[in-house]
Amino acid sequence: MEEPLEMPPGEESKPCSLSEELATDPSLQVEISDAVSERDKVKFTVQTKSSLPHFTRPALSVVRQHEDFVWLHDTFSENDEYAGIIIPPAPPRPDFEASREKLQRLGEGNSTLTREEFAKMKQELEGEYLAIFKKTVAMHEVFLQRLAAHPVLRRDHNFYVFLEYDQDLSVRGKNRKELLGGFFRNIVKSADEALITGVSGLKEVDEFFEHERTFLLEYHARVRDTCLKADRVMRSHKSLAEDYIPISVALGSLGTQEVRQLQTSFLKLAELFERLRKLEGRVASDEDLKLSDLLKYYMRDSQAAKDLLYRRLRALADYENANKALDRARMRNKEVKPAEAHQQLCCQRFEQLSASAKQELTDFKSRRISAFRKNLIELAELELKHAKVSGTPRNLAPLPGAHPPPC
Amino acid sequence: MAAEREPPPLGEARQPELEELEDGEDLFTSTVSTLESSPSSPEPASLPTEDISTNSNGPKTAEIILDDDREDLFAATEEVSLDSPEREPILSPDPTPAITPVTPTTLVTPRMESKSITAPVIFDRSREEIEEEANGDVFDIEINVSDPEKVGDGMNAYMAYRVTTKTSLSMFHKNEFSVKRRFSDFLGLHSKLATKYLHVGYIVPPAPEKSIVGMTKVKVGKEDSSSTEFVEKRRAALERYLQRTVKHPTLLQDPDLRQFLESSELPRAVNTQALSGAGILRMVNKAADAVNKMTIKMNESDAWFEEKQQQFENLDQQLRKLHASVEALVCHRKELSANTAAFAKSAAMLGNSEDHTALSRALSQLAEVEEKIDQLHQEQAFADFYVFSELLGDYIRLIAAVKGVLDHRMKCWQKWQDAQVTLQKKREAEAKLQLANKPDKLQQAKDEIKEWETKVQQGERDFEQISKTIRKEVGRFEKERVKDFKTVIIKYLESLVQTQQQLIKYWEAFLPEAKAIA
Repeated sequence: MEEPLEMPPGEESKPCSLSEELATDPSLQVEISDAVSERDKVKFTVQTKSSLPHFTRPALSVVRQHEDFVWLHDTFSENDEYAGIIIPPAPPRPDFEASREKLQRLGEGNSTLTREEFAKMKQELEGEYLAIFKKTVAMHEVFLQRLAAHPVLRRDHNFYVFLEYDQDLSVRGKNRKELLGGFFRNIVKSADEALITGVSGLKEVDEFFEHERTFLLEYHARVRDTCLKADRVMRSHKSLAEDYIPISVALGSLGTQEVRQLQTSFLKLAELFERLRKLEGRVASDEDLKLSDLLKYYMRDSQAAKDLLYRRLRALADYENANKALDRARMRNKEVKPAEAHQQLCCQRFEQLSASAKQELTDFKSRRISAFRKNLIELAELELKHAKVSGTPRNLAPLPGAHPPPC
Repeated sequence: MAAEREPPPLGEARQPELEELEDGEDLFTSTVSTLESSPSSPEPASLPTEDISTNSNGPKTAEIILDDDREDLFAATEEVSLDSPEREPILSPDPTPAITPVTPTTLVTPRMESKSITAPVIFDRSREEIEEEANGDVFDIEINVSDPEKVGDGMNAYMAYRVTTKTSLSMFHKNEFSVKRRFSDFLGLHSKLATKYLHVGYIVPPAPEKSIVGMTKVKVGKEDSSSTEFVEKRRAALERYLQRTVKHPTLLQDPDLRQFLESSELPRAVNTQALSGAGILRMVNKAADAVNKMTIKMNESDAWFEEKQQQFENLDQQLRKLHASVEALVCHRKELSANTAAFAKSAAMLGNSEDHTALSRALSQLAEVEEKIDQLHQEQAFADFYVFSELLGDYIRLIAAVKGVLDHRMKCWQKWQDAQVTLQKKREAEAKLQLANKPDKLQQAKDEIKEWETKVQQGERDFEQISKTIRKEVGRFEKERVKDFKTVIIKYLESLVQTQQQLIKYWEAFLPEAKAIA
């Protein structure tokens, strides 16, 4: 069902949508049709098409910023009603800093580059900027589309506000106190989790959840690690692509100035390097999209799944505590009724959570598998395509003296 | 090492030949006179004409000449000599004989007649040897440098390399032999050859550079990959150095080279150390040279030289730039390889923790593919470096040698000009004395004039000689360079293409695994 976005390189700037299933659900379709980058903000144009009754119009269009998305995510994760659901992870903040800096440095008149090199570097960096831009749009879109596809989340009131309210949401970014608050909350959460599982001796009765917990803990750590390493590989490919630029230019100029016998050789080598540059650039961006992005998304998603497990555990702990309180009340024969009611509540809540969590986790697994499958296949196909284009023997055959390469 | 570093007195450090060459001019004249008396009728006719053409340089030679045509304002003599690199480059200070058409076969005849040897070390060459070389055996010599071995311990340790020679040349005692040499031996050899041949215009291939950091690591005994890499880099560089040196027909005749290749014991070249007396002298000389170069303003009457100077200047700049870029490429490719290996490991771990069997298997496959790709990257980085980058580095140093030779020519010219100026002064002095009517001093003045007239003539001859040698050398150098570059570029291209094709294979093998994820 759900998978992170693919961005076929070289396609139009319009981000392509998720899987076909989501796109064809007529009752609620959300997409980001446009995005504009201003100074340090990105403004997304969110378009909604819906046949659902509570929307005032069948087609809506609003402009939202990144902070709005974060606000929306937080309302979900802080809402106890959704405790049994894996909340789709918020999209990462658009980060053009590095790319912008590079472009600026290039434009500052670095005189060691020839005109040709400058043009090529500029092309590379602009491509990089565009790719980052497309990615951030895709991330934001996936977030919304997952919400729209989820049977429970899509009915959330804040979600409607987000999609429909045509004024600025005026969500201010978290101030320092709130950020710190969030930070501490996370610490408290992990401490709490450790306490629940360790000290209080809470026994996990359900095998399914026991297995899921162990699995998710390890999986999350591993995915995070692989994601990091994939990023490094991608950056290496990028720097290789940048290295090819001065080499190809230098070979080209040698080719034009050299004695006749060497001209062809140098020019052919220059041409090959130019092709390799494009190849490395594409390999870098493909690995970024198909591998890095996939891994990053599932790092965040598995974290969301872990959060769900924690919430369930918390509910279980509450249930246990309610049981103990009921026992104590019964022993002292004081306030038994409220204790009973409380215990009932906790029990219900826990069982609801467990049922919902089970479903969510099963969905998570199938989502994950299909996403990996799709992306790995596409990765392999793209790598093959690029390798074939650049290594084509026929392009090099005319070089005098070369052995005919095996076809 | 420290113990042996007492700087030998400057005089003793020099080679005997060097001292002879101090009175360079005299040596030349005497040589010329002795040898010119002895040229018996050459036997060029006996040399089969096929020999020249079997030489792989044959067909290419013609090409180069046609190219140089427009640049070659000189007499066609030079084209004659260009065509026969395998003949020892015998210099003829006398006006050369009339030139016959420039075809390989007819070259043999005129060359032999105008022979006279100036490099003092060729005295002991016998006729048969010369002919034998002309038979096309000259390049039948193969040098390998191998088996680096650490000798000794601590700071006194050094690497000894095995130098193996395989040859059918008769000037060597055996057909196949090997010796152990250390790095300073190579430097010593280069130093000897440079002192003998550079200033008369021969392009002597430069030796590999010293590296204090690299060697210290090896001495200290760090058995890590960077010191093995360093040793391998040096071994390959030494091999290329020797191969280039023996390719040079004049240098091949040099007894010092022969001694280096053959004799089991070689006197230690102490004056190659940077801080020895000879080393310091070298540095002082270099500085003096640099200053001189700036003050010499030569009237270049020969456009060929001006063009060549410019051409080599350009080439030098471009090669330096390219070399720097390629070094960056090598570095980044190594990084890519390391990162790919790390990613492969991580992906394998991820595959292990994945509980869905098919996906788990696919991830493990991905990890394997990435590992293989890492191997590819490593091999490519190896090729980047040893095939391409080192070639560029070698040629940057070679071009420096060419520029050095051109500078020597300038110095030679300067010397000639100075002699002319002095002669003029002497003549003026004589004229004055004539007017003042002092007969005793007059005779001395006349003697001095005679002396300086000879010097001027010698200066002119030397200048023309060195110009001629340089033309020939540059021609040979260019030919070698074209061959070198072409071979290397083709090899490098093939390695790049090969890498791509391997990548295709790996990904094609992976694709079905990815598709198999249920």
